[in-house]
Amino acid sequence: MNDTRKAILNRLNHYQLKYSGIESDAKAKQTDWGLEEKVKRFTARMQAVQAEVHEASLETWPEVLQEICHAKAINNLLASPSTRWGKEIYADAKRFPSLKRFQQPVEAWKTDFFNTIEAAVTGSAGGIAETGSLILCPDMQEPRTLSLVPPIHIALLEKKRIYNTLSEAIHQQNWVQTGMPTNVILISGPSKSADIEQTMTYGVHGPKELIILLV
Amino acid sequence: MAINFRKNAAKALKQDDIQINLKNVVSRLRDHRSAAFTDAALFEQLRLECKSIRERAVFRLPRLLEQLEGNLLRNGIQVHWAETTLQANQIVLDIMQRHQATFLVKGKSMVSEEMGINAFLASHGIECLESDLGEFIIQLANEKPAHIIVPAIHKNRKQIASLMHKYFPEMPYSEDIDILAAKARYFLRDKFCNAPVGMTGVNFMVAETGTLCLVENEGNGRMCTTVPPVHIAVTGIEKVIERLDDLPPLLSMLVRSATGQPITTYVNMISSPRREGEQDGPEEVHLVLLDNGRSNICGDMELQETLHCIRCGACINHCPVYRQIGGHAYDTVIPGPIGAILEPQKAGMDRYGELTQASTLCGACSEVCPVKIPIPKIINRLRWEAVRQDTCNVSGSCPARKPLEAVIWKIWSQVCSNPGLYRLLAQLVTRLRNCIPAAIWQGWTIARTPPKPARTTLHERLKAKGIDYE
Ligand code: SF4
Repeated sequence: MNDTRKAILNRLNHYQLKYSGIESDAKAKQTDWGLEEKVKRFTARMQAVQAEVHEASLETWPEVLQEICHAKAINNLLASPSTRWGKEIYADAKRFPSLKRFQQPVEAWKTDFFNTIEAAVTGSAGGIAETGSLILCPDMQEPRTLSLVPPIHIALLEKKRIYNTLSEAIHQQNWVQTGMPTNVILISGPSKSADIEQTMTYGVHGPKELIILLV
Repeated sequence: MAINFRKNAAKALKQDDIQINLKNVVSRLRDHRSAAFTDAALFEQLRLECKSIRERAVFRLPRLLEQLEGNLLRNGIQVHWAETTLQANQIVLDIMQRHQATFLVKGKSMVSEEMGINAFLASHGIECLESDLGEFIIQLANEKPAHIIVPAIHKNRKQIASLMHKYFPEMPYSEDIDILAAKARYFLRDKFCNAPVGMTGVNFMVAETGTLCLVENEGNGRMCTTVPPVHIAVTGIEKVIERLDDLPPLLSMLVRSATGQPITTYVNMISSPRREGEQDGPEEVHLVLLDNGRSNICGDMELQETLHCIRCGACINHCPVYRQIGGHAYDTVIPGPIGAILEPQKAGMDRYGELTQASTLCGACSEVCPVKIPIPKIINRLRWEAVRQDTCNVSGSCPARKPLEAVIWKIWSQVCSNPGLYRLLAQLVTRLRNCIPAAIWQGWTIARTPPKPARTTLHERLKAKGIDYE
């Protein structure tokens, strides 16, 4: 193993050519849209790939969430009790479908999780206006599979955390300096595929619906 | 053994359905792509930026690989190096056996195709289940992918519908694409849930942070990297980039060039296995770094650009040769223009040298390439490498030089460097213009009118007009 590594690196070092060191100064110009424009672009991009975007406020979002759960006839909702949003949801639990939580490692309830959970709600670490993407950094409170396994994923996003571009997000969130989160996921719409005749179909292996609550 | 490209191509040309399916899908991909790049100046600027990022990465390859390895290890991701596909397969097998795993779920990965992992593991009683919709279809059909982005590009919905019906007779027959996809979802969901190991490729590895970046639309890739307790990523050593800042422009170009989307549904950046206190994610993450001939390409300034490729498939979609014959005729892992320059350099000119003929040198590939790889120039160079007499810079010997051809070119160069001889020959050809035997054109005139020399030579005509350069 170590010999293989050495052999490959030795060969590369032996071959290594001089790098001109000339960097192209062609850098895509940094865009800077205002808040309203960012929200507009984010929403348009998301809607173009069949995601739902609902505008709400810090006061009204529980109500909007309740309506969505009702409209979609959701019977159970997976949510963390300890996040900022989760605390509010659990404090007012009766207005929502039966609340489920990740109490134990996924192994302990995988089959149940895969087969019975209808929807999950998460927060988000930000959004990207240019491409219409959510940024999720799953952690102890909100595991990675929350936004993957249930057929419906509902995400809360604060408008002020929508960045212009991915580059901006990388810098603002200091990923290089502070170390990358375990898993960063950009999500742009519900799961989809065009593998058959380049015709788009939604809801392949990930969530069939992505619903965003802008607050 | 050398492949028989001509025979494969001839066979493919006779299959009408392949041609129709291909043309439909390829032209859709091209339309989507061009709609994503409306601003030509901006496209060119981004291309330059991406080219310089990839150039920098390949120039610094050994250093970046060491940096990457250091950061991955620090993050808790195990790193394995493989010189050959056999070694890579063996590494995967060891991991499987250590976990007593009998099957794995797989996301789309061209390097795993290169390794031939499915067949290898099958011979050890381990099953690999393809989970990308296109790859799933291909696996049912027991074929190989015909395209690097759209593996089942050569199949239409009717063919897919009957294939699915054959394997899942309990589900009613349907040609509806939503229903076909739903069948795959239904079948695979259970597998994701129970798989002991997930395997994927990697699109970019960031040296600076020790991050594996994967793009996909379906969510099957995320399933493979997130749900099973073990995740094995396999990739080529050239996929490394230096900085996290290099990622956004490459991502944007990759996705837009491949399918015309502004971004894929999922961009998955993995920097560590499950950490203490986390409730999910794999307990173990392994990265297998495969060389398999790649490092040998690094020794030559011109050929090295082959390694800049980010596997977007745009050159394939724009290649007039691919459009006619499809992916299988190449008999390689990677088809199309990029395959024609990459495969001979990796596996040897003696095996794949013929692929350098699979080009009209029209230049469409390099015009769309998001990292500006001069594919026609490299094809030309490889054609020369194949026939040069001194040493050959590319692995595999130089078997393409035919003695008769060599003599003919020798005579040709003599004629062209001797004005008297040249004129004599030119006059001879014009006078004998009606007596040229059809046999000398060989295959050239099957679909073309044979060229006919003019009545008089250019020199004679100019002289008649009173123009004399001598
Ligand atoms: S050679 Fe260029 S166009 Fe072709 S797949 Fe690679 S990056 Fe894309």
